[in-house]
Amino acid sequence: MAAYKLIGKDFLPPDVIGKVTGRAKFAEDFRAEGMVFAKLLRSPMPHGLVRRVDAAQALAMKGVLGILTAADLPKVTAPAEPILTSEPLYVGEPILAIAAVDETTAADALDRVKVELEPLPFVLDPLESLRPGGANARTEGNVAAPNLKLQTLKWSARDFTAVREGELPRGKPAEEWHYGDIEAGFRQADLVIEESFITQALAHHAMEPRSALAYWQGGKLFLHGSTQSLAFSIPPLTRILGIEPANLHYVSENTGGGFGSKAAAYTQMAIPAFFAKKLGRPVMLRVSREEEHDFGRSRPGFQGWVKLGFRKDGRLLAADLYIVQSGGPYGAVNDFRNAGRHVSLVYQPLAMRWRGMPVLTNTPPRSAQRSPGETQTSIAMDPVIDKAARKLGLDRVAIRHINAPRSDGTIGPKREPLTSSFLPEALELGAAQFDWAAKQALSGKRTGSKVTGLGVGIGYHAAGNSGFDGLVLIRPDGKLYIHAGAGNLGTYSYAATARAAAEALGMPWERCEIVYGGTGRHVPWTCIQAGSNTTFTITRTNHVAAMDARRKLQEIAAREVGGEPAAFEVGGGRVFLKAEPAKGLAFAEAAQRAIALGGKYSGQELPKDLNPMTARSAAALAGQGLMGVAKDTLPRNGVIPGFCAGYALVEVDVETGQVEIKEYLGVADCGTVIHPKNLGNQILGGAVQGFGMALLEKHVYDPKYGIPATRGLATSKPPTYLDVPVNMRWAAVGKPDPQNPVGAKGAGEPPEGAAAAAVLCAISDALGGAHFGRSPLTCDIVLNAVEGRPQPFKPLDTNI
Amino acid sequence: MDASKGRSRSSHGLSRRAFIQGVIAAGAAVSSVNYLFRGNALGQGAGRGVAERLLTLTVNGQQRRVDVLDQETLLMTLRYKLGLTGTKIGCDRGECGNCTVLIDDVPVYACSTLTRIVHDAPITTIEGLAAPGGRLHPVQQAFVEELGPQCGFCTPGQIISAVGLLKVNRKPTRAEIAEALAGNVCRCGAYDHYLNAVQRATELI
Repeated sequence: MAAYKLIGKDFLPPDVIGKVTGRAKFAEDFRAEGMVFAKLLRSPMPHGLVRRVDAAQALAMKGVLGILTAADLPKVTAPAEPILTSEPLYVGEPILAIAAVDETTAADALDRVKVELEPLPFVLDPLESLRPGGANARTEGNVAAPNLKLQTLKWSARDFTAVREGELPRGKPAEEWHYGDIEAGFRQADLVIEESFITQALAHHAMEPRSALAYWQGGKLFLHGSTQSLAFSIPPLTRILGIEPANLHYVSENTGGGFGSKAAAYTQMAIPAFFAKKLGRPVMLRVSREEEHDFGRSRPGFQGWVKLGFRKDGRLLAADLYIVQSGGPYGAVNDFRNAGRHVSLVYQPLAMRWRGMPVLTNTPPRSAQRSPGETQTSIAMDPVIDKAARKLGLDRVAIRHINAPRSDGTIGPKREPLTSSFLPEALELGAAQFDWAAKQALSGKRTGSKVTGLGVGIGYHAAGNSGFDGLVLIRPDGKLYIHAGAGNLGTYSYAATARAAAEALGMPWERCEIVYGGTGRHVPWTCIQAGSNTTFTITRTNHVAAMDARRKLQEIAAREVGGEPAAFEVGGGRVFLKAEPAKGLAFAEAAQRAIALGGKYSGQELPKDLNPMTARSAAALAGQGLMGVAKDTLPRNGVIPGFCAGYALVEVDVETGQVEIKEYLGVADCGTVIHPKNLGNQILGGAVQGFGMALLEKHVYDPKYGIPATRGLATSKPPTYLDVPVNMRWAAVGKPDPQNPVGAKGAGEPPEGAAAAAVLCAISDALGGAHFGRSPLTCDIVLNAVEGRPQPFKPLDTNI
Repeated sequence: MDASKGRSRSSHGLSRRAFIQGVIAAGAAVSSVNYLFRGNALGQGAGRGVAERLLTLTVNGQQRRVDVLDQETLLMTLRYKLGLTGTKIGCDRGECGNCTVLIDDVPVYACSTLTRIVHDAPITTIEGLAAPGGRLHPVQQAFVEELGPQCGFCTPGQIISAVGLLKVNRKPTRAEIAEALAGNVCRCGAYDHYLNAVQRATELI
């Protein structure tokens, strides 16, 4: 392995001091001269039509400044999400906004707005919408997904009666793929098992509600928002706003969590922007916790069915998977597709079929949530794999290991290659560190009312991309400025990836500055800050930008000192003759020479293949130093898989149904570890969210009126300190990915599914292999199983 | 906090009126910027929630004069009148602990505390922990060293709760720390690092 000076070492990301002193500013911490407040009038029903709005009384109130309705805003084509709507599709969807000089007045004014709403049929459970004559979530149809048109699809009554009680009906899917011959695989199998399952929908509930402040100056919009991505938010945001990127000054220095829900831009942040334009004053939209639940996104639930055929050694010969997705009203999620890819990768079945049905529901809108689709699939699949292991008399780690992809594994129907896979090594490392073999003796052991169970789970997400731009600048102060287009949502990857640039130039870290936090900082075009993408992608872009700077340093040194550029080495803030290190230039001098030379050296001439955003940023910085700027054209062939293997030990109280997670270990395959301490935070933080999915969190609605009952934190139950082990452990395989200059892959997503699945499997293990096919396993469900009582709901019921 | 103390505080209201008027005339009070609450600046007659009174709060060791409504929470006073935005609004309903501050060295949710009942108790926010020269409080230093925060939104509340704990228990066990900080939700799930940080802080104090 390469010897690195910075990669693999802990460091202090520049935003941490602000976070511990309260100086870090989030969107709602900003103020603007003359700022006024907007409040939203939101739908009280899950589906309706606004027939009439009478705001006269509200607008006549002292201090009320104006109203914003859908009529003031650009029209969108279904199924796209509007900014304000006249056909609300979920409870809490914004219909109109009122601005006033203070928030109390705006709120009082909303009480005086008369809105006539005509209730329309609504859908909470996707299967109900697929029944003949079942309601549609939208007047235009009931099925949609990205790149799948909004349409109406129903199954026949026969489809529903052709299955056993509790089995997923499987009518014609909206999409399907297959490879190999699954029927032959099932015929050859020594064991075939079939299970239906359901995974919950749940809110992201990022700690920072998505408040936004907007004002216009000189035709330019200044927007303080809360998004995960910085650069990647700009194209969707300018599209929603209908302005040129050059006219948007976007500030997002700190984002209080997103987990996919703030991946890029979202429509609600446009409300203060349009309102500020209409009023000619700065407008703050403070988003409440309830609003954050309602429009702050959620993970789609699955109702699914899987049939697996195993050889007696545990090898998976054939897999048949059907996923019905509760897609919310806008259907903007790929989770149902990711489920198929997850199974094809993690278990490498020799033949596989996937079918998917993305149904629209009148529930909070969906978005990606940490391992979108894959976490649900870990939750659904791992307990079934355990069931197979028990029937085949195999160890539960061994059955995962025999199926796990090696680096020559493939994914999806086209059997795409992988950049690397060290999942088998992660399973092995975890088993060793967890003492899995010895701990088997504890399985099912009862002490008082508590029974011990052990579980292992696997999380996956495609963790990287390529083809974006890097931008660094060596200024005459001799420092290296690494411009970061990634956002800052708490993963610190904007900072860790900057270390790849410093590493490539041998630059001491204390002489590096990361430039981040807003478009005004002149950032390059960068990948989405979501889906574990940044680590792989931005280490590449920072590497290529640094290498460009390195070439320019060598050329300038050759001009000044004499000799060939290749005769020069770069390091320690100098460029010097390899043969005679005393001869050379300090970076400060080289930066001055670059400015004097101009052209490509100082960014006056730019590569032609840069994204326009990078070109704009580079142009703004031109002439200020020696510029390294390049598009990542490094070779890449294959999907970049990030993996995590989770190991859990739980105690199930058979008198109360309470589950206590006593031990947890997460082991990542994320290539080279670039920032150990933060990797630990990601593996364990992801695990905490996984515990929430396994045991606590879900959406619940009043079935008659479709009103959500889990809008607050106390009712939606994200885990607290007391829901997680007081000691948790993590490890990483640490083998480099060959297609990344520092060997790194993404890490943040897979830990959630690994932990959720490990805990669910551990509960089953404690209860002698009891199979639930459901998440979360709340204590009432566990207790019913322990006592042999029937559950008070049907196996595929969504709303319990 | 002692409830009887709270009652005696509010009884000062009337006798303070003249004094308050004088101070307003002298312009010494923090101006009642009506960001969130309808106030007299709008020229509206007295109605529900309109009456403001001038209080002197002791925040981070400083006397801060501020016009406060009867129903105003400390969270809103701190953020929107005193400019102390380090105290975060995560839920505004006592569910998350993001707004935790110390009152008389006891961690409380500022969203669930009326400003008028704490006007003569010392209030410490995240901004008040570091020494005047900027030297971090040992708990802050430990949170840095252990890379406690992820997104950082709950961090001020976590630190304040930890400071409150260490004032009454200098050497808490890991389980005691978890218990004491259980009212501070972290959606990033950074609990393990936060526990490491508080344990580290016990060595730095």
